[in-house]
Amino acid sequence: MSKEIKFNEETLTLINKIINRYPVGKQKSALLPVLHIAQAEFDGWLSPETMEYVASLLNIKPIEVFEVATFYSMYNLKPVGKCILEVCRTSSCWSRGSEDIVQHLEKKLGIKAGETTKDGMFTIKTVECLGSCGGAPMLQCGAAFHENLTIEKVNSIVENYRYEGKRKSYTDLDYKNTL
Amino acid sequence: MGKKILLEHINVPGINTLEVYRQNGGYASVEKALKTMAPDAIVEEVKKSGLRGRGGAGFPTGMKWSFLAKPEGVERYLVVNADESEPGTFKDRYLMEKIPHILLEGMITSSFALGAKTSCIYIRGEYFYVSRILEAAIEEAYAAGLLGKNILGTNFSHDIFVQVGAGAYICGEETALLESLEGKRGNPRIKPPFPAVAGLYGCPTVVNNVETIASVPYIVMNGGDDYAKIGIGRSTGTKLISASGHINKPGVYEIEMGITVEDFIYSEEYCGGILNGKKLKAVVAGGSSVPILPADLILKTEKGEPRLMSYESLSDGGFATGTMLGSGGFMVYDETTSIVKNLYTFARFYHHESCGQCSPCREGTGWMEKILHRIVEGHGKHGDTDLLWDIQRKIEGNTICPLGDAAAWPVASAIRHFRAEFEEYINHPERIKEVKHLQELVS
Amino acid sequence: MAKVTIDGQSIEVPDGTTILQAARMIGGDNVPPAMCYHSKLKTSGGYCRTCIVKVSKGSDKDPRPMPKLVPSCRTTVMDGMEVQNNTSPEVLEARRGVVEFLLINHPLDCPVCDQAGECHLQDLGYENGAAKTRYDFPRRKFNMIDIGANIKMHMTRCIMCFRCVKTADQITDNRVHGMLNRGDASEISTYIEKAITNDFSGNMIDVCPVGALTDKTFRFKSRVWFTKPMDAHRDCKKCSGKVALWEKGNEILRVTARKDKWGEAEEWICNECRFEKKDVKDWIIEGPRHIDRHSVISLNHYENVVSKLKIDIAKQQKQLVDKK
Repeated sequence: MSKEIKFNEETLTLINKIINRYPVGKQKSALLPVLHIAQAEFDGWLSPETMEYVASLLNIKPIEVFEVATFYSMYNLKPVGKCILEVCRTSSCWSRGSEDIVQHLEKKLGIKAGETTKDGMFTIKTVECLGSCGGAPMLQCGAAFHENLTIEKVNSIVENYRYEGKRKSYTDLDYKNTL
Repeated sequence: MGKKILLEHINVPGINTLEVYRQNGGYASVEKALKTMAPDAIVEEVKKSGLRGRGGAGFPTGMKWSFLAKPEGVERYLVVNADESEPGTFKDRYLMEKIPHILLEGMITSSFALGAKTSCIYIRGEYFYVSRILEAAIEEAYAAGLLGKNILGTNFSHDIFVQVGAGAYICGEETALLESLEGKRGNPRIKPPFPAVAGLYGCPTVVNNVETIASVPYIVMNGGDDYAKIGIGRSTGTKLISASGHINKPGVYEIEMGITVEDFIYSEEYCGGILNGKKLKAVVAGGSSVPILPADLILKTEKGEPRLMSYESLSDGGFATGTMLGSGGFMVYDETTSIVKNLYTFARFYHHESCGQCSPCREGTGWMEKILHRIVEGHGKHGDTDLLWDIQRKIEGNTICPLGDAAAWPVASAIRHFRAEFEEYINHPERIKEVKHLQELVS
Repeated sequence: MAKVTIDGQSIEVPDGTTILQAARMIGGDNVPPAMCYHSKLKTSGGYCRTCIVKVSKGSDKDPRPMPKLVPSCRTTVMDGMEVQNNTSPEVLEARRGVVEFLLINHPLDCPVCDQAGECHLQDLGYENGAAKTRYDFPRRKFNMIDIGANIKMHMTRCIMCFRCVKTADQITDNRVHGMLNRGDASEISTYIEKAITNDFSGNMIDVCPVGALTDKTFRFKSRVWFTKPMDAHRDCKKCSGKVALWEKGNEILRVTARKDKWGEAEEWICNECRFEKKDVKDWIIEGPRHIDRHSVISLNHYENVVSKLKIDIAKQQKQLVDKK
């Protein structure tokens, strides 16, 4: 399963392009975008090896990467499912029924929030406000926002992802694929 | 219909493309500014317009710009704050997704005024798909000679890039944003120095909200005086309001400041009334940080005057009976809503988002969440309401950045206006579970 | 130069001086307590909020008061500034709040903590804390991690002062530990178990205001107030070699940097001096180190005893010389 932690030429070119937008010597600025790319390329999470690799690419100390990776909530520090269903639970989503959505997902997938299904397909995660309050309740999976959720809608979202069987990342381009 | 400045062309098909945007008058302000105006003249117009920061604090934009230090030979930066993470706020996402070019136009014009060679949009990581839309728009602008070297044949050159965050509300605080942009943890800096003197990479930097910068093209084209005529008093111009919660028509609305709150909630043009014909219980008018107000106080001020959608009217009465316009995150709660439970979601949010640098916020936000959790679970203790009050009071004003205040105010206001509900939760946890009982408490 | 008045006492200080530094120059009881500021570390301070004060007058030029309480360690004085510390009930109230916040998740395991007796949090709690806690939830716990042979880390005791991180950043060239996670889950860690091996790493122990980082070679050897601190030096190629030895009988139990009256290290010392030179023969002893009489360490009045001994010895020596 584990592949060699090394970006291909195409990705390295992209990373160089990112580094070049900052002044010389400020390549650390690329850390957040590069971690996103690394997470997408290396099984959806940041292993210590991945983080050390990123540190070496940006010529910074590994601890500088650990500090950052553990700070931001979008980086996964443990293996996760191919599709992370991130259900918002803050005020507006809560008031429009996000708790029911989470409960339904937990029942449907047979796992609790924070857990991953045995087949490694889904992880349920409860998250704080994703800036989609007008479409409450909502969930995010990869780059896609799924808004105005109902139980039926959640069912079809889950089935679609299961059918596709692909890993979803924030960096995915198929943002128009919202239901 | 009120005046529309930002969303005027929102329904024009293809307005997200450069071609259609230009057909509708887009990028005229770049042409006008770069070819006919001096940078300082633009700053003057923005000052005259009375435009105030749309991110939440409402600080006059022209004044912020005039603070920018301009030492010789040192880069200056404009950073657009698109970290929009205040619960209840989603206006910037809507604007950037639908009309990305209005932001780019504002950035080019503003950067010319500020003398910035590079500007950046820092967008929250969850909005990754929006960053792609912006990047596509930036590519179009480069191809059309609106970005890059010698824009429109003038001496002004400018580059824009988009930087994505990775999930941290705190990065909406401008110095935390700059830290994050430098590839660090989003820990707010201790001020002074302010970004206007030492911001990104230690260089003078202006950080402005998306909506603020998107308002600049109109001001450049029509003049600050014209902009200042829109709106009411010191609340000039229009404001994007993100409406959500128990209303018939959630969404983003551009309002001319000065319309009544009642009109905004009940008219068909805006929220379209309360969902399922229920009664209004409370409103959080400007994003989760601002004080919650019960129905009577959000519709009318303490003096009995109709409450208006403006900075001044919403804050009329101070925190005792008023609130704030904040970011314009307008969350509506009907009579069946548990204010305590809702507050718990806020407390959980702030606990989750505290960066952990300073002790009152790091320890206090978690403590408040724990107390609220046991209250909503029916295990509240006598004295918990007073304890909560005391904790929020000890956080407020004593932290490095405003997150401490933002965590304290919702707690304070909920207790101030809905104390009976807290006591009911603590004393009669069984009764409170019934929605009916909650409704009785209100009436 | 700027004139600043703190709790009614005035002093002229150079421009750029912070309120805390000015207060320390005045001295006495009106110096705000500080947990995260450290005079030898750049950009330290501002985090713990214990040193907050009220600026009732901004300056002669702009006499408006500052709207919020400010951290005195990170606020520079202006000419004509007036500051209230102990004279402001608002400051004292806020400070009590800060102390409470610092203590709610602290394990209060002082009886088994090597820092007890020289712990800044103990002093702070003693002076500004409440006798009873209002926090009735389980206290925060962390997984123990081993950060190397010489330094013991107890994350539960940490107050997030950032001093050790700044020390590693500023006096070593390869920091391997830092602040991880966020909010109240933040912790000092190396992330992957990794030994901190830098030759100056031991200074992290000296800058730690609490018992989060302690000296493994001193662990459980003695309560600090049963030891005698002596100023001593040796010829060291790596550092100044100026240290404080903590002795019990003729045994050196611990070597630390010399700390000033604010408990802040005067000069950094190397790990060789700190961890490996535990023989009296390694050192040239200068004499007993002055300890504030309020400190528990001065409990056994050894300073007077030693001074008296010194005088006695001198007398005897003189008598011997005279006899000859």
